[in-house]
Amino acid sequence: MTGSLLKEKLERGEFAVTAEIGPPKSASGEDILARAKMIKGCADAYNITDNQTATVRLSSLAGSVFIMKEGMEPILQMTCRDRNRIALQSDVLGANALGIRNILCLSGDHQCFGNQPDTKNVYDVDSTQEIMIFKRMRDEGTLWSGDRLKVAPDLYLGAVSNPFGDPREMHVMRLRNKVSAGAQFIQTQSVFDLDAFESWVSEVRRDVSLKDVKILAGMLPLRTLKAARYMAESVPGTCVPPEIVRRMAAAPDEEKEGQRIASEILDGIRDMKGVSGVHIMPVNWYSAVRPLLERAGLLTGHSLR
Amino acid sequence: MIVGEQKPPREVFDLISIYGGGNVLILGCDSCVSVSLAGGKEEVKEMISALQRICESEGMGWTFTGATVRRQCEKRFHGEVADLIAESDVVVSMGCGVGAQVLAENNRMKNVVPAVNTSNMGAQVKHGVFKEKCVGCGDCTIHLTAGICTLARCAKSLQNGPCGGSIDGKCEVDPDTECAWYQIYEALRQKGQTELMTRVMPPKDWSKSHSRGARTVKKEGNR
Repeated sequence: MTGSLLKEKLERGEFAVTAEIGPPKSASGEDILARAKMIKGCADAYNITDNQTATVRLSSLAGSVFIMKEGMEPILQMTCRDRNRIALQSDVLGANALGIRNILCLSGDHQCFGNQPDTKNVYDVDSTQEIMIFKRMRDEGTLWSGDRLKVAPDLYLGAVSNPFGDPREMHVMRLRNKVSAGAQFIQTQSVFDLDAFESWVSEVRRDVSLKDVKILAGMLPLRTLKAARYMAESVPGTCVPPEIVRRMAAAPDEEKEGQRIASEILDGIRDMKGVSGVHIMPVNWYSAVRPLLERAGLLTGHSLR
Repeated sequence: MIVGEQKPPREVFDLISIYGGGNVLILGCDSCVSVSLAGGKEEVKEMISALQRICESEGMGWTFTGATVRRQCEKRFHGEVADLIAESDVVVSMGCGVGAQVLAENNRMKNVVPAVNTSNMGAQVKHGVFKEKCVGCGDCTIHLTAGICTLARCAKSLQNGPCGGSIDGKCEVDPDTECAWYQIYEALRQKGQTELMTRVMPPKDWSKSHSRGARTVKKEGNR
């Protein structure tokens, strides 16, 4: 069985690219494959989101298996919103047996934002505790309860962080908890403000306990003025400078301006000290990913299994 | 205290209808739900007026009697209203879910109908506004979090710090609600103890919580 190629690349100190694929509301694998094919070869690994925005979609585990058939390495997102520790451990064993190595542990968007607002959330554990459980499974070869596993999973464990959370110290402490629990890589909330992001990165890197964790800067190419406004006004915890909204508003061609802005941000991320890679969230603009990476000179050298 | 919220009178009317109405006793409680303005003397009076108006418009000749007991969750206080209960066809409890159940247990042949939804264990934060404080997890650890329970007060019950949706000290789920982790951070910062927030809490032992059904507390050697 192959280990995580994402891990190998990040540990070699090379700039890594990850990209997100959102499974559709569909019982067919064709739909996710169609999305995957649009960005195949663009990234080192691909996040398969887990019922993002608390909206029911094809499962992240099934989605991961589908893209693996295309030779694409998945990052399986697993929220603890929908799973107790029994389901988390069972799913991670199953995922590992199917060849999945990268797991992104997250608490998950609150159900009130999705299409099942009447549901009951689980939160038996939070994302930090989810990481602790998976780390024990991998390193000690036991379940959280101590029961020995016949075969321990091989896992590369990730978590998320919001560089723009306020007060910063509080959010950095949360990050420290995730890393001390065992998070090896971090994918961040979308970066639109490079200065604010750089100042966060340098603060994080000054923290001895955070100097080795791999940080992949999140980015979301803005396709329309509406999307820019939405990100600026309605998405909790994001920080879109007014200048970006102004530029989108003034642009004769919103998509072109969106690409230009994305390129500027990506160049900034690529050249920033302390940043290990980029994580692109195309939402529904998959066709933007390839030209964006090409312009940044980041399209070559992505490994296919 | 136990915080309750009145059901709309129309819903209560419908619930009473299931049992045919008739002589209806509206029984409030002078304890928690009285403080949370859901089932005390005033609320009993208001409920009766509202139900009478609905009865008039529906052409129902039901009769209503109102009363409260000191604590509906304790059988010993039911004695004072035993006659009223005996004379009624339907007993509408305006106590909390505990009071209503004890009432039903002690009056097996009566039809007990709830008129109050029990919301939570909370406290009044300003006049007429009540906030949940405790989920009754059975294993209190608020000494580590500045006296603030995140299981009750964080929308995701996070135990190791805030989620990314903590904005300006508010919760993304409800902008009128403080982010519990922000409150903890602020309280600890003022005491110079923010390091407590980097003490990682392992997965919680929920066996002391509700997940095993009704919990029993026994006081050994007590009366």
